[in-house]
Amino acid sequence: MLHNLAQLLRYRALIQSLVSRELKARYRGSVLGFFWSFINPLTLLAIYTFVFKFVMPNAQPGTDPYPLFMFCGLLPWTWFASSLNESSGVLISGGNLIKKVLFPAEILPIVTVTANMIHFFLALPILVVFLIWFQAPLTVPELLCFPLVVAVQFIFTLACALLLSALTVHFRDIRDILSNILTLWFFATPILYSYKYAPDLARRFMNFNPFAHLAISYQEILFFPGPFGHWKWLGALAIGSVGFFLFGYWVFDRLRDSFAEEV
Amino acid sequence: MSDDWASMFAARKAAAPQPRSLTPASRSGPRPAIEVSRVSKIYRRYSQRKQFATLKSALLSRSLITNLRPDETFTALNDISLTVPKGRTLGVIGRNGSGKSTLLKLVAGITKPSDGTVSVDGRISALIELGAGFHPEISGRENVFINGIMLGLTKREVTDRFDEIVEFAEMKDFIDAPVKTYSSGMYMRLGFAVAIHVDPEVLLVDEVLAVGDEGFTHKCLDKFAEFKRRGKTILLVTHSLGLVERFCDEALWLDAGRIKGSGDPKRIVGAYITDVERREEMELAATDARAKETASAAIVSPDEPASAVLPDTPIETATGPADMFRAAEGRWGSREVEITEVRLLGGDGTPGHVFHSGERLDVMIRLRAPLPIDDFVVGLGLFNAEGICCYGTNTYIEELTPERLLGDAEAVFSIDALDLVEGTYKLDVAVHKMDGYPYDYHRLLHTFRVKSRAKDVGIYRPRHAWRFSGDVRFKKTP
Repeated sequence: MLHNLAQLLRYRALIQSLVSRELKARYRGSVLGFFWSFINPLTLLAIYTFVFKFVMPNAQPGTDPYPLFMFCGLLPWTWFASSLNESSGVLISGGNLIKKVLFPAEILPIVTVTANMIHFFLALPILVVFLIWFQAPLTVPELLCFPLVVAVQFIFTLACALLLSALTVHFRDIRDILSNILTLWFFATPILYSYKYAPDLARRFMNFNPFAHLAISYQEILFFPGPFGHWKWLGALAIGSVGFFLFGYWVFDRLRDSFAEEV
Repeated sequence: MSDDWASMFAARKAAAPQPRSLTPASRSGPRPAIEVSRVSKIYRRYSQRKQFATLKSALLSRSLITNLRPDETFTALNDISLTVPKGRTLGVIGRNGSGKSTLLKLVAGITKPSDGTVSVDGRISALIELGAGFHPEISGRENVFINGIMLGLTKREVTDRFDEIVEFAEMKDFIDAPVKTYSSGMYMRLGFAVAIHVDPEVLLVDEVLAVGDEGFTHKCLDKFAEFKRRGKTILLVTHSLGLVERFCDEALWLDAGRIKGSGDPKRIVGAYITDVERREEMELAATDARAKETASAAIVSPDEPASAVLPDTPIETATGPADMFRAAEGRWGSREVEITEVRLLGGDGTPGHVFHSGERLDVMIRLRAPLPIDDFVVGLGLFNAEGICCYGTNTYIEELTPERLLGDAEAVFSIDALDLVEGTYKLDVAVHKMDGYPYDYHRLLHTFRVKSRAKDVGIYRPRHAWRFSGDVRFKKTP
């Protein structure tokens, strides 16, 4: 397993070119092309802002300006959720490669997660515009933590993606279950609301939600004033994610030989 | 049969001393390019029920396969051992489903053997499905890069070889168009060009020469020849037996997952062809028997009118086939005279269903008339697979005046030389009155196949020869 993991380094160039292919192919033929990477999150933002600001005014204090608050959690969530959605089917749709070309299959979920991360990066300028517009209380030490949060999320997402992609080959139901779980997960994560003002019981549950800690970290760094107080949780999540990644990779490695036959 | 072949080619083999191969024992020399030892591959038969029952069993059962009962598995390869020394070309032949492609995938490392070991020395390129990784939305240029990297080249290597690849694929004008706009031939050509330019030490080819036009196929063969010259190892899976004979140093014949023969390509191909004919024979015999059974089961009314064998005496009726040349197979007639048996006998007098073009063919028709009959015509029609009547005749046309037929009798229609092109043919055999009233009419019930090594076309092969004068010369075929 570790040997295979080390082998992956040799495939950097392949991952790189597949990611760029993914990005190019995504918007090829559409008029607005890469602008969709901006438009999609903006639309989502507009809808949620409309609902929670005007239709159902948010009573939670401390989340003003609301669009900025929500954007801090929504962007990473979009990266996470689309990675999982896509990776659950990636081995099946990439079956031709697995069956006909000698090719380490884990590259497919890795490419999915990476491509979605690039989309996340592409949407960051909007966030920057928002931050400047609303004059968010940013400090340099906090901003230095931002890449760390991204790194933890990458490892965590990759672990989920490896696990899901491998298991979906054998249990096709996962794809359908997943969309339900993701909806639930989205609302169980403090993205639309703030962790700080949630009821105690809810907060206790949230502690078990890995993505809650990521969302809170993003919010603390970019939105809430004051120092980045959530770093302990983030550190724990980082260690947990590495462990989870190794587990996910182990499962993937275990089922690897069956892919060529089952997809 | 195979012994004859063996002795015929033993001399040839001895004349050109070559490294013995296909024997796992040759340990002393340099490492072979491909070594497969005692490999079996067992697939699970697909069944929804037998998917993993629980997540736990999926993760923990090392033996995805061994837990299954034999009736739930399919053995694609069974205890295969072979060695291909460096620089040799091995052709793998066999019927569909005999395990050829599985073997190739195992050597390529795409699937793992259930048992045994496979080792390959050197960079592999597998031409299994051309352009497998192409993405339809992006240009050919980008796809060449990605495909090349996927097949193990570095970006730099692809850049260096890019022009050569495009040139080889004959795609200069289209390389920047998205791949989805390519014709299937263009797609394959580009895929082939990339795969061949990976410059592997071991090249695995699975029936991909069927792509592209004649010109491109020649180019591919030239490329293979170049690979051979440069001492690369090639494993070629193909149905093109001629290619194996001309091109391979040895052949391997797989049948139902086992090695049925290996060694000199001519000998193996010969043995394989013989076996294929034997199987076709069995198959045709079974079809034939089925057709006859169905026909006999049909209700036969003595008054049922029908038509004669001849195209110029069709009798149209309400119940019989309106146009007998379009009628499906069947049997009808009053059975005052019955055709009890029709046998096709080859040149050596043995009954069969597969004959070689130019051989002798006897159609033996057994007749039985319980009561004496004085008005009868025995006829025969020969149809090809498209339903075109190649030949038809009867005793009336040939001015034989009937006098008497009683009890068991036998008629033999003898063809000295079966000058037909390769294909499947069906026979009409009938006894009827001179006015066309049928006693027993067998419509397309008897099937046989004509085999020919010459792939000429048409219906009829006239006895012929080519003669040339002037400065005309042909290369000797090996």
